[in-house]
Amino acid sequence: MTTLLSVENLSKVFTLGGGLFGKGRDLVALNDINLTVEQGETLAIVGESGCGKTTLGRCIIKALSVTSGHVRYHPEGGETVDLTTLNKREIKPFRRDIRMIFQDPMSSLNPNMRVFDIVAEPLRIHKLLRGKDLEARVYDTLAKVGIAADAAGRYPHAFSGGQRQRIGIARALVLDPRLVIADEAVSALDVSIQAQVLNLLDDLKADFGLTYIFISHDLGVVNYIADRVVVMYLGHVVENAPTEMLFERPRHPYTEMLLEALPIADPTRRKGRRTELKGEIPYLGNRPQGCPFHTRCKYAQDRCRSEKPALHAINGTAQQAACHFAETLELTGAYDAPQKAIA
Amino acid sequence: MAVETISPAEAAAPRKVRRESQLALMWRRFRQHQLAVVSLWLVIIFYLIAALAEFLAPTDPSAYSARFTYAPPQGLHLFLQNEDGGWSFQPHVNGYKSEVDPQAMRRTFVVDPEVVIPVRFFAPSEPYLLAGFIPMSVKLMGVEGPRDPFYILGADRLGRDLLSRLIHGTRISLSIGLAGVTLSLFFGIIIGGFAGFYGGWFDSAVMRVVEFIRSMPTIPLWLGLAAALPKDWTALQTYFAITIILSLIGWTELARVVRGRFLSLRTEDFVTAAQLDGASDWRIITRHMVPSFTSHIIAAATLAIPGMILAETALSFLGLGLQAPIVSWGTLLQEAQNIRTLATAPWLLAPGICVVVIILALNFFGDGLRDAADPHGR
Repeated sequence: MTTLLSVENLSKVFTLGGGLFGKGRDLVALNDINLTVEQGETLAIVGESGCGKTTLGRCIIKALSVTSGHVRYHPEGGETVDLTTLNKREIKPFRRDIRMIFQDPMSSLNPNMRVFDIVAEPLRIHKLLRGKDLEARVYDTLAKVGIAADAAGRYPHAFSGGQRQRIGIARALVLDPRLVIADEAVSALDVSIQAQVLNLLDDLKADFGLTYIFISHDLGVVNYIADRVVVMYLGHVVENAPTEMLFERPRHPYTEMLLEALPIADPTRRKGRRTELKGEIPYLGNRPQGCPFHTRCKYAQDRCRSEKPALHAINGTAQQAACHFAETLELTGAYDAPQKAIA
Repeated sequence: MAVETISPAEAAAPRKVRRESQLALMWRRFRQHQLAVVSLWLVIIFYLIAALAEFLAPTDPSAYSARFTYAPPQGLHLFLQNEDGGWSFQPHVNGYKSEVDPQAMRRTFVVDPEVVIPVRFFAPSEPYLLAGFIPMSVKLMGVEGPRDPFYILGADRLGRDLLSRLIHGTRISLSIGLAGVTLSLFFGIIIGGFAGFYGGWFDSAVMRVVEFIRSMPTIPLWLGLAAALPKDWTALQTYFAITIILSLIGWTELARVVRGRFLSLRTEDFVTAAQLDGASDWRIITRHMVPSFTSHIIAAATLAIPGMILAETALSFLGLGLQAPIVSWGTLLQEAQNIRTLATAPWLLAPGICVVVIILALNFFGDGLRDAADPHGR
């Protein structure tokens, strides 16, 4: 496996308030993020709201500028580039390779453009195709996501949520990208439609030879689609592991809490456990000393309050966690979680 | 009972789907707003009057007649009663007889139903240029004899025909509204668009300037600026100067509207999507953002026209706007400023009625447009 994208020491600080008088306060949304995305894998980024997963996605695709750190992109047979150093004109060719699918299918499609024009717009901006070729490519891409050609002349409001998300996917794929960042791509959809769209994404991955970064808060969906999972908390990566290992035996107490919150559809298998996620996420502008999670962790010791744990490999496996006691804690996984065979 | 069946060939034919553009949808919603539709017609009629002023006005607006000062309205009669009691179609006006008030020793005119002056439609006239470039020599209405009085809406203190002056004033007053709004729109869209799209210090600076301008009392400001205009400027120069003075305030409101729309659109995902497509700022603005609020801008501009017309009328009424040879509703009303006019020649207030009607019509029309453009925004 070759690495397609690596994120190194990425930090993003937002300055709040401020203005004519006085400086604003800093809000650290991402703190020293390191991760790699391998060619052909589906990497999921999970965490509660406000943990920075969307910010991370937007920093990678350069919808937001980073405060420090690097995002290195390794194109096949090309030179590695640091996307963070490129200006608007220099990054344009890479915008073809890295595409995004948005969360809300209502607001991500321009209500004043016909579906055909929405999907054709990236091709026109990059001046790739014109005339008949452009039409053929657009109809072909629409067909791949299951939108009939005779619907292409309509406006987005004529489509259902699931169909609109398919149009959004077609817009992302029309440039034949390498990496697709799906930011909560199915969260706004009905459960039945979610399954359809997830299967579609899985099929397209094979067709186009794609790599996904799948940002989600829904562990059930993540278990279904992801090869590897990155768990984020308060702008930190707290665990990074292959999906099966993470669900079988999480190594970070926060992951355990997230897994415990997974609903189980079969009442006979519920063990009456349900220790719900305690406490609130601390305000980002007022982050705790030491381990960021110690205020809510039931295993927290004195050491956790003073010393910040580093992300490290557990016993030399592919599983990484940022917890002082990752090796010793006996954490419960979620065997009952919906399995990949569901489809 | 016959049951309609569809032949297989028909079923196989591709369905014709009727698609309605945004504009068609907007027009459909607009038509449901009956007051707005009526207002639209009124606005169209007023602007047609403005465009065809020379053809519609019976006489030259500055032609005076010392014989008929303050002549009351004659009214236009379409039917004439014959001697045998029957009615026949004969458009006509009645002549005047003068009476002398024995106490005030003042001569007043009274309409004399005995005298019948026939009126001809499409009457030949002196050659003139319609709207300045179409040569014509026929008017909508006219009387046979050049000495016959023809004052449908009455005459002013110099014996000039009020109807003709009103029609010519419509042209000036309505066009100053349009020109002022066009100018405001130009500045408003450019300045507000920059502020809303790029934000930051430019946005803050522009908004502070807008607030500063809007916090100044407008009438004294206009008065000051209008008074500063050189007296030796021609009528046309004054006209343009007044337009610029009016838009000096007018652009602020439109800049605010445009900035607000840009601000709210800038955070929409479809704009982010266009940015991530690699589109240039210009393409994002013109292709992705502006089309979604053109209808808003049109509605806001329509709602801004009445303000311009009122401002021009107010300035001219106070004697600081347009000057005498130019006829506008404001200069016409200026002549109705004294109590004697109000008491003896109330018809000189007719321009006021025009102002009220066109302003209400433009407001209802603008409201209808706005509601039609954004059915969720109510």
